[in-house]
Amino acid sequence: MLKLLLSRLATAVPSVVGVLIVTFMLTRLLPGDPAAYFAGLAASPQAIAEVRTKLGLDKSLPEQFVAYIVDLAHGNLGNSLSTGQPVAAEIVNRLPASAELTLVALFVAVAIAIPLGVLAAVKQGTWIDHLCRVVTTAGVSLPVFFTGLLLAYVFYYLLQIAPAPTGRLDVFISAPPDITGFYLVDSLLTGNAETFWSALKQLALPAISMAIFSLAPLARMTRGSMLAVLGSDFVRTARASGLSSRTVIFTYAFRNAVLPVITTLGMVFSFLLGANVLVETVFAWPGIGLYAVNALITSDYAPVQGFVLTMAVLYVVLNLIIDLLYGLVDPRVRLDA
Amino acid sequence: MIAMVRHARYVLSENPVTGLSFALFALFLFAAIFGPAIAPYNPLQSDAANALQAPSAAHWFGTDQLGRDIFSRVLVATRLDLTIAFSSVILAFMLGALSGVAAGYFGGWTDRIVGRLADTIMAFPLFVLAMGIVAALGNKVINIVLATAIINFPLYVRVARAEANVRRDAGFVEAARLSGNGEARVLLGHVLPNIMPIMMVQMSLTMGYAILNAAGLSFIGLGVKPPDAEWGIMVAEGANFIQSGEWWIALFPGATLMLAVFCFNLLGDGLRDIIDPRQRT
Repeated sequence: MLKLLLSRLATAVPSVVGVLIVTFMLTRLLPGDPAAYFAGLAASPQAIAEVRTKLGLDKSLPEQFVAYIVDLAHGNLGNSLSTGQPVAAEIVNRLPASAELTLVALFVAVAIAIPLGVLAAVKQGTWIDHLCRVVTTAGVSLPVFFTGLLLAYVFYYLLQIAPAPTGRLDVFISAPPDITGFYLVDSLLTGNAETFWSALKQLALPAISMAIFSLAPLARMTRGSMLAVLGSDFVRTARASGLSSRTVIFTYAFRNAVLPVITTLGMVFSFLLGANVLVETVFAWPGIGLYAVNALITSDYAPVQGFVLTMAVLYVVLNLIIDLLYGLVDPRVRLDA
Repeated sequence: MIAMVRHARYVLSENPVTGLSFALFALFLFAAIFGPAIAPYNPLQSDAANALQAPSAAHWFGTDQLGRDIFSRVLVATRLDLTIAFSSVILAFMLGALSGVAAGYFGGWTDRIVGRLADTIMAFPLFVLAMGIVAALGNKVINIVLATAIINFPLYVRVARAEANVRRDAGFVEAARLSGNGEARVLLGHVLPNIMPIMMVQMSLTMGYAILNAAGLSFIGLGVKPPDAEWGIMVAEGANFIQSGEWWIALFPGATLMLAVFCFNLLGDGLRDIIDPRQRT
């Protein structure tokens, strides 16, 4: 198992190097003179030269790259222009909000998509199969920011069930003590039911809008791979041996069919992390996506760059976890490693 | 050719949804070409007296906070949205198909470099990378096109590479080589045309994604600037009025955007059924 872990870690190295090079390039691509840009609009030529030396922009590109890596190794992502605060600290503070939203959305998506896909495959051609097709085609066509707005309109304005789409908690409720940063977990740990409900209600609409967007590839893949497995010889043998259809479907077919679905999780995470930005904007969710969007509006580049890097590193790590998960579910992969 | 038409007719009769998507596509194309000419109002003309009117006979989709006619704006926006999506898809196709075909055909170093490039792009959550690119290159429409093309690039490389790889030693390629064609000529004149149908399917499948991506970027304030009419930015403007109940400002551009993406996704599936029957679902 340790050998597998190491070999998988090794495969992630080129991705991380690529990500670092690209994020480095992104700052150097800034139109015009980055020093003038970081010095601000009203800077004198002298001040610009100072900023250039301070940022190390007078050095060669490879030297600058090394300096960039050294900064990263010290956990330094630069400072925000508008607030003057270190970007790294701000991102660490806001990450739990984004992570909580994304994980709940993923949970909802998986909880709907997999049963739907399995049922659609088992009852191929019936209404549930058609429902699955409609949901998957409509799901990928719905712009996630539009779904979010529609849900807010229906459940907040019309039905008045949902709270106002602003942030993680109702304004009259104070945040739970910071243990994990996940409000749902923290409020449960401290036994504060009121905060838990408030956090859950605020979380419901943004999480559902993200789930709708990302469940399509999961449901489609589950249906497709279930169909392929159900048509295979070993399932026919299992059925012929008189096993109950429950055993055949769940023990024999599903365990095999779930492998391609795990692979699809990589794509789903790419969708979710992108959708995160849009949903946080719609629901004023105080995560890293909203932080980046606000920085974009004020042309504050360091937070955007820190955000892109954080998301990319998270995505590489998630893909690594998916790879390992694959090895856990399918022993054959473990033997190959 | 006749067999192709017959097959197309068979697929259309099997799956009327594909026919519907072709009709929708024609409608969007019509709106993109003639939209500005047939719009009942000037899309940029504000009219403070008629601000925030709900849909009516005079204003089918209502008016926004400045009194501009939303129907006209949605109609006129079609051209900009489709132009962004089309140009980015064509750019992605040109970059991706050429390097993918070269990678699959030559193998070796070409393959490794192109593969590494595609993998590096895929190591990012794609929308986030697009955000970073537009932020770095500058807040312009052309950069939205570029960013959307870059994040679609790996998809084209992957398909083109696989398809070129299986044709590398095919009879017609050998024949072309034996008749004295140079490698570049074999690649561009024989291999590339042969995989075009599959690339066309790929293009229509990624069109929907390109539209979504471009609208998402302008929703968060990148690229298209107000007062220009564009679906994503119109939804963003309408978002401020959802909480006070003015639903029509965001709903109509958003629904049109959704319909466009839906249309291209169905079109892609339909084209795939016609061109590549093996992959039918």
